[in-house]
Amino acid sequence: MSTIRLKAKQKDGVTTVKCLISHPMESGLRKNKKTGKKIPAHFIEEVTAEHGGKTVMTAYWSGGISKNPYLAFKFKGGAKGDEIKISWKDNKGESDSASAKIG
Amino acid sequence: MKRRTFLKGGIAASAATVAASAGLLTPTAVLAAWPKSAFESKDLKAAMSAIAGGDSPAMDSSIKFSKTPDIAENGAVVPVTVSTDMAGVESISIFASNNPSPLLASFNLGEGALPYASTRIKMAKTGDVIAVVKANGKLLMNKKQVKVTIGGCGG
Repeated sequence: MSTIRLKAKQKDGVTTVKCLISHPMESGLRKNKKTGKKIPAHFIEEVTAEHGGKTVMTAYWSGGISKNPYLAFKFKGGAKGDEIKISWKDNKGESDSASAKIG
Repeated sequence: MKRRTFLKGGIAASAATVAASAGLLTPTAVLAAWPKSAFESKDLKAAMSAIAGGDSPAMDSSIKFSKTPDIAENGAVVPVTVSTDMAGVESISIFASNNPSPLLASFNLGEGALPYASTRIKMAKTGDVIAVVKANGKLLMNKKQVKVTIGGCGG
């Protein structure tokens, strides 16, 4: 199961990409209520979107982005049936990617 | 034949484990592009300089916050959508003025990308959500106050 849910729709030449990523997005500032210890930071640092071999968008994030992050962006030049690929990397070196066809 | 496939699978799996552990040992090399100092800055102006190269962008009302609430009941999930009709936008950065580390996100727009970014942020307490847009080398900003009933960063 991919951690990324992705949808891309093209209308009037503009492609809107919406995605949801399953990730704890721990800022490193939160404390465990029972033990009082800080929960170590674990968050996505970088999300990239590729279309036709080109990077359409790169997002750099901090732990200040909400848990199970949502991301939407728009670009011109996508056609129906084209593939769009989203990948993320977090501060622990974990990563994932997913692709979807523009509908 | 079955044995052979099994062996091949085993070799591939162990190679993958080696690659993964090598990756885990050197995360800084892999993520060299992540602007660490900007994200770790505790000061709004310092964070702005570090990410955008300037700490006093001009206010510009063409930068719009849509779907961003006036009052957020839950500071852990505050939807923010930033858009503008400016041309030549290179990046959009989002800050929360009263968060321990104000810089939350920076979207670098590639070829063809429209000046639009939407996500959900955490806000420690009531404060301004600030969007800084870099367009044609100039820095512009707009802000919107969001009242937070329950903070989203504390323990």
